[in-house]
Amino acid sequence: MEGMFYNITGGYVEGIVRGYRNTLLTGQNYGNLTQCETIDDIKLQLGPAYGDFLASLPPNPSTSSLADKTLDKLVAEFRYVQANATGSLSKFMDYLTYAYMIDNVALLITGTLHERDTRELLERCHPLGWFETMPVLCVATNIEELYNSVLIETPLAPYFKGSLSHQDLDELNIEIIRNTLYKNYLEDFHRFVNEEPGIKGTPTQEVMSEALEFEADRRSINITLNSFGTELSKQDRRKLYPNFGRLHPEGTLMLSRAEDAEGVRIAVDGVSDYRDMMDQTGMSGGGGGGGLGNQSGGVGGDTEGKSLEDLFYEREMQIAKMSFTFQFTHAIVYAWVKLREQEIRNITWIAECIAQNQKDRIGNYISVF
Amino acid sequence: MGGLAYGTYGAGSALTVIGLYMLFQGEGEAFNVGAFIESISPYAWASTGIGLCIGQSVVGAAWGIFITGTSILGGGVKAPRIRTKNLLSIVFCEVVAIYGVITSIILSSKVANINGDALHSGNNYFTGFAIFWSGVLVGMCNLVCGVSVGINGSSAALADAADPSLFVKILIIEIFSSVLGLFGLIIGLLLSGQAGDFEAIS
Repeated sequence: MEGMFYNITGGYVEGIVRGYRNTLLTGQNYGNLTQCETIDDIKLQLGPAYGDFLASLPPNPSTSSLADKTLDKLVAEFRYVQANATGSLSKFMDYLTYAYMIDNVALLITGTLHERDTRELLERCHPLGWFETMPVLCVATNIEELYNSVLIETPLAPYFKGSLSHQDLDELNIEIIRNTLYKNYLEDFHRFVNEEPGIKGTPTQEVMSEALEFEADRRSINITLNSFGTELSKQDRRKLYPNFGRLHPEGTLMLSRAEDAEGVRIAVDGVSDYRDMMDQTGMSGGGGGGGLGNQSGGVGGDTEGKSLEDLFYEREMQIAKMSFTFQFTHAIVYAWVKLREQEIRNITWIAECIAQNQKDRIGNYISVF
Repeated sequence: MGGLAYGTYGAGSALTVIGLYMLFQGEGEAFNVGAFIESISPYAWASTGIGLCIGQSVVGAAWGIFITGTSILGGGVKAPRIRTKNLLSIVFCEVVAIYGVITSIILSSKVANINGDALHSGNNYFTGFAIFWSGVLVGMCNLVCGVSVGINGSSAALADAADPSLFVKILIIEIFSSVLGLFGLIIGLLLSGQAGDFEAIS
């Protein structure tokens, strides 16, 4: 039925987003990029895809400015799509930006706590998570003011309300705050795709549920793995797991009791996808593995294959790629943003490898198409 | 929603009670469907049929065109080459409306002005019913066909934008859905072909 009515509101945007998806870099493009000798070569290779956005870069730019420019293109395209979105799609895209807002607000909170100049922080915020009243947050000088203005001025207020108080902002670790917010956000987004009248019963619900469930499970597993050896208690850890997903409820209960990587492996045993991932990283052997992903900047896994983080990224890209087999759904917007983010990570990785002369690890990018 | 449902239940049960009451009181013949249908003028049947035929066909075609059109519009932004080729999908949708126009013209040619009681002859009733049902038949076929071609055309445009070699393959599928409307046209013409014009002699 969605075929009969979707195009009334979403047909144009869907066409545009599919057009954007077709201009994503392919395996061949990445092959060419890895052959580059300098950042200038990369800039040249990216010319057809990124065009004007790279034109203003100086010769031999830094990798971070290259990454910023590629991000600028995503932001420009996202803003255009958002401007053309109506009805439930517009709300859906707002939900996409909330994830970045959470990061930005967390950044501002840390900044305020350490009494940095918050105006400098504004420049470091993710542009997709920009909201009009964000500069207002910078006016706050102490944490209670910040808390009150967050509640009043941001769309994130429902995620703060009820689970965090202004004392929490002061006392809790910023990562815990961020993860609490993210948990509330994921649950709200999941509720939205399953209950919103315009989305319920369409492929959007189907595809987005899968994507969000994966996201929830990934966060649960990551939180657990990263909590080992820290002072995060098991009770507190359990509060950070989203209340849905393929691991919920048995898997998350077992995760909350896990003592080490082996415990995590047992917890995810019920879901074959995650079990395979754990087996591939060699975590079941205990001890070693589980380093940070290559692309998240940690050391790890280049000798013993891929890290868990890389496998999660790969799986996420798989889900995003498969979303495009559905027509008449909002999920392709989500998928496109994820694919573009991965592309930016890939370009940054390749550029970084070239800049630092680490050619042997240059192949660790994730090519989707 | 709840209020509507209660209203429907209430009206339904009231009608059942009245119907049963009349049936058991020996007045069941008051519900005479046949007499009701006969009491309607053959002109009313014929005109309603022609109206439904062209109306539903146009709704189907318009529906198909907006489904296809928005996708061509969106897909054409990043891949301008699809815009001319995919006009074919729009034409396929338009053809559906033309089927409706053809049938309506043929049906309306059977309508002639008859004075007085001569209208209520068996032949004229047959013509009225035939025109009504061929109109409904062609209209419904074209409505569904238009939507079907539209959704196919929308996918064709987006697939063409992604990979030009897919265009011809999807076009074939689109032709198959376009043919569905032709089935309706043929049967509609056969059905109304049995009926003569409205005539005065009985």
